Amino acid sequence: MEAILAIAIGLLFGCGVYLMLRARTFPVIIGLTLMSYAVNLFLFASGRLMVNAPPIISADVARYTDPIPQALVLTAIVIGFGMTAYIVTLALRGLSESGDDHVDMLEKSTDQASNQLPKRNL
Amino acid sequence: MIESVSLPILLPLALFIAVSGVSLPLMVERYGRKAAAIAAGAVMALCLASLAPLFSSAISGQTVIAHFDWLPSFGLNLSFRLDGLGMLFSILILGIGILVVLYAHYYLPEDDKLGRFYALLLLFMSAMLGVVLSENLLMMVVFWEVTSLSSFLLIAYKSASHESRIAARMALVVTGAGGLAFLAGVLLLGHVVGSYELTDVIAAATQIKADPLYPTILTLVLLGAFTKSAQFPFHFWLPNAMVAPTPVSAYLHSATMVKAGVFLLARFYPVLSGTDAWLFSVSAVGGITLVYGAYLAMYRNDFKGLLAYSTISHLGLTTLLFGLSTPMSVVAAVFHIINHAIFKASLFMAAGIIDHECGSRDMRRVNGLFKMMPITATLAMLAAGSMAGVPLLNGFLSKEMFFTESIVFQGFGNSHWILPIFATIAGVLAVAYSVRFIHDVFFNGEPVDLPRQPHEPPRWMRVPVEVLVVLCLLVGIFPAWSVGALLASATGATLQSPLPVYDLKIWHGFNLAFLMSLIALAGGVGLYMMRSTLMRWNDQLPTISSRTFFERAYQNLAAYAEKILLIMDNGSLQRYMAVFFLFVFIYGAWAFISGDSMVNAVSLLPLDIASGIAFFALALGALGAVFMHHRRLLSIVLVGIVGLVVALIFVRFSAPDLALTQLSVEVVTTVLMLLALHYLPQSTPKESSKTRVSRDVLLALGIGLGMAFVSFELLTSSFSTISDFYLQQSVPGGGGSNVVNVILVDFRGFDTLGEITVLAMAALGTHALLNQLHLMQPMSDIAGQLWAEDAHPLFLKMLMRPLLPLALAVAVYIFLRGHNLPGGGFVAGLVTGVALILQSLAGGFAFAEDRLPKSYPPILGLGLAMAAGVGLISWFFVRPFLTSAHGHIEIPLVGDIELASVIIFDLGVYLVVVATVLLILTELGRINMKGARV
Repeated sequence: MEAILAIAIGLLFGCGVYLMLRARTFPVIIGLTLMSYAVNLFLFASGRLMVNAPPIISADVARYTDPIPQALVLTAIVIGFGMTAYIVTLALRGLSESGDDHVDMLEKSTDQASNQLPKRNL
Repeated sequence: MIESVSLPILLPLALFIAVSGVSLPLMVERYGRKAAAIAAGAVMALCLASLAPLFSSAISGQTVIAHFDWLPSFGLNLSFRLDGLGMLFSILILGIGILVVLYAHYYLPEDDKLGRFYALLLLFMSAMLGVVLSENLLMMVVFWEVTSLSSFLLIAYKSASHESRIAARMALVVTGAGGLAFLAGVLLLGHVVGSYELTDVIAAATQIKADPLYPTILTLVLLGAFTKSAQFPFHFWLPNAMVAPTPVSAYLHSATMVKAGVFLLARFYPVLSGTDAWLFSVSAVGGITLVYGAYLAMYRNDFKGLLAYSTISHLGLTTLLFGLSTPMSVVAAVFHIINHAIFKASLFMAAGIIDHECGSRDMRRVNGLFKMMPITATLAMLAAGSMAGVPLLNGFLSKEMFFTESIVFQGFGNSHWILPIFATIAGVLAVAYSVRFIHDVFFNGEPVDLPRQPHEPPRWMRVPVEVLVVLCLLVGIFPAWSVGALLASATGATLQSPLPVYDLKIWHGFNLAFLMSLIALAGGVGLYMMRSTLMRWNDQLPTISSRTFFERAYQNLAAYAEKILLIMDNGSLQRYMAVFFLFVFIYGAWAFISGDSMVNAVSLLPLDIASGIAFFALALGALGAVFMHHRRLLSIVLVGIVGLVVALIFVRFSAPDLALTQLSVEVVTTVLMLLALHYLPQSTPKESSKTRVSRDVLLALGIGLGMAFVSFELLTSSFSTISDFYLQQSVPGGGGSNVVNVILVDFRGFDTLGEITVLAMAALGTHALLNQLHLMQPMSDIAGQLWAEDAHPLFLKMLMRPLLPLALAVAVYIFLRGHNLPGGGFVAGLVTGVALILQSLAGGFAFAEDRLPKSYPPILGLGLAMAAGVGLISWFFVRPFLTSAHGHIEIPLVGDIELASVIIFDLGVYLVVVATVLLILTELGRINMKGARV
């Protein structure tokens, strides 16, 4: 079981990295989402895997899984949403500022001569 | 006396006044130019007044030191020193500073508010004061650099002019580079001595000179001094700096800043002098600069340029005198510092008046001004006479000392005749350019084609010049009475040994030195007579311009830097991302390979069929999202599958809270993505090259495989956890049996407070980004089909209405039970958010808009205030921040509720989450409304 969870985490990381390296904003957002799944699972995995042992204290149960990674991941999931929302609006803003959804926000040069380098925006 | 104990505190006080006064002119400039000038003058006068009580100890040869530990382990202390040398320079800086403030008020154009000018001038003044009053050498270096920076800002004061900016940059590069050399020199000194305090360094002089590092230290310190004092071959920045307003030239580039270089020679004289290396390098550089500067001064047509080269030459003279390093030559050097500051500042101010009145500085056009401005002309001629070394004026005295010293100096062995000849040549040239200045500007026929009709300047503009020229005469006629004491104490502080016997008087009898003066006067006048022949001859010489050389080197360097920069930073985020991932991989792999394997044979869980199917779904979703990422809508669906599997993983491995959170976040995220996709292009073009794709695949494979290995190691290694404490204390200490929730709201409540703050900031960030955002509303989908007219189907609408109270009831339930069973503020907030958003989706954002709060930021604030406020309450019970209290309460139907004070904290969390979700989604929806059928 541990092995397939490890493979799943690796797979999510790999897919996330590939998509984050794409040139358009939308795949980058998707890649980021996949990667945050991967990070959350990884953090969760640091508490090791236990079946049927939720950290809810009860008189007749003696085994509990580690609650700390869970508390960590719970807030990470919610903050992950905030971050995704921020990136999404950033992408929309970028679209309205530059007219296309390329991550580098290349300015379309009006003269053909100077198109070897992207103009700096900062 | 009690006062004498507290007197040293006046030293840092004077600097404090200077530094805190910098912004004063800017604050008062709204009350007019005069107010700014008075403020600047008052700051300087106050500094002088606070230093004045210390002068008597300096005159009597004592050194006042004020020491405060700052970072003693680094040798950096706030320690200040006032001795004769510091006193001399403080008087020059502040005295001439006040005159310059008065002068600038009349010199600069009426439309200049002057606040910025005086602020910069005060900044420079503070830095300069810091240099001369520093006991700690590191502190001195810092002030030294600030003089370079403020000089840069002052030269570029007319920042609209290209010429000004070039000149300012050149001065900054040359003096700034020298400053770095000086810093390196100081660090080495500190290394050798073990202290950066000047007193310790002076005491260790013998040790320093014997150290193998001595040549390096000497070179570095001299580089700092020579660049600042415009010594050959670093002199070229000074004439270019003449584009600065004349008050700046008078203050920085004749009287004070360029003197910082020779100040450094004086300061380090007891430490570094007395060796052949010092003797030959300092006197050679000084001597060359002396003659070279004087020679070039003769050929300037611009009289301000003439003064600039003359300044270089006089600085060379001072340097040469320090280089000769006999006690008498040091007396002459210090005396010349005083004299040159006085006559050159007055000459610059007079030149500024002439420039101001004529609108030109070209001596081929500015002629015959004596008739139009006789008083200014007389003043300028007296000052120029001093510059030439005419008897009865102060310049004569120090020049005479120099001539005497050149005759008696024996340090060059058999070549001792070279020095008097050199001195005489320099004297001849100085007379020649002084005569040229006097004759060309004030006589020599009529003015040629001047832009303005010159006449005497405003009364108060001339006052600074008058004061300085009177000083020239006073020092020239009554030297011992006027500057004797100052000179003696400054020289004493420089030498750090008893003074030589000398006699400050005008007439030393008809000796060889006086003969040299006569030769210089006659020869100078003769040289001026032959000027047309000389000019023709000079024009034939090849021009060696160190300025062009500098500019070319600078441009090459800049182009080279640009090239390197473009390799590293070409503006492509895609490339940054790839580089970032590459390094993540390298570091990760390195740590993985070099570290110890932690795999212990922990008993693994068996694989079951359900998990296998779930894994298969996850892989399908993730890989599908990659392979079909060009089809955007589809990839949202596929990512949704992955999210659901993640929630299932949480369910399977005993994390019910996480599963609930993940599920609700999944819903919200999907809605968010769909809303965004509405505006973004519906598909991604296939534009990546083959190499780009294979590079990215390699990176993805590397990181993916690496993370899989790391995760497996992690999952199979044994570990000890700190969570037993939380498991044991959850019920007795936190009053709740859901340990995750108790950790969130109680044990680690402070972390959670931070996290909801981050969440609120993300929400406000999107709020700001969406403000005033206008996007095109696409009319059709990717296949070209028009969007359905019926955006809000009746069926959905009817289904959603009754669902709302149900969903809200669930949210309340989840919230209340959260302390003991899976749930809590985060989950309840998400459920509420989802329930309300579903209403918007079904009924349209306009429908929801009418029924929901208009503005969410206040709710965010309320939530944060509740969470933080309940934590603050515990302070009233003298408990740490966020201490909880709890008790039981029985609510019908819901059951036994643990009512802890943390429930208010959790309510704050709840509000922040709800407000974040609603703010983000409704604001995205609002663009929809704006663009839609209005």
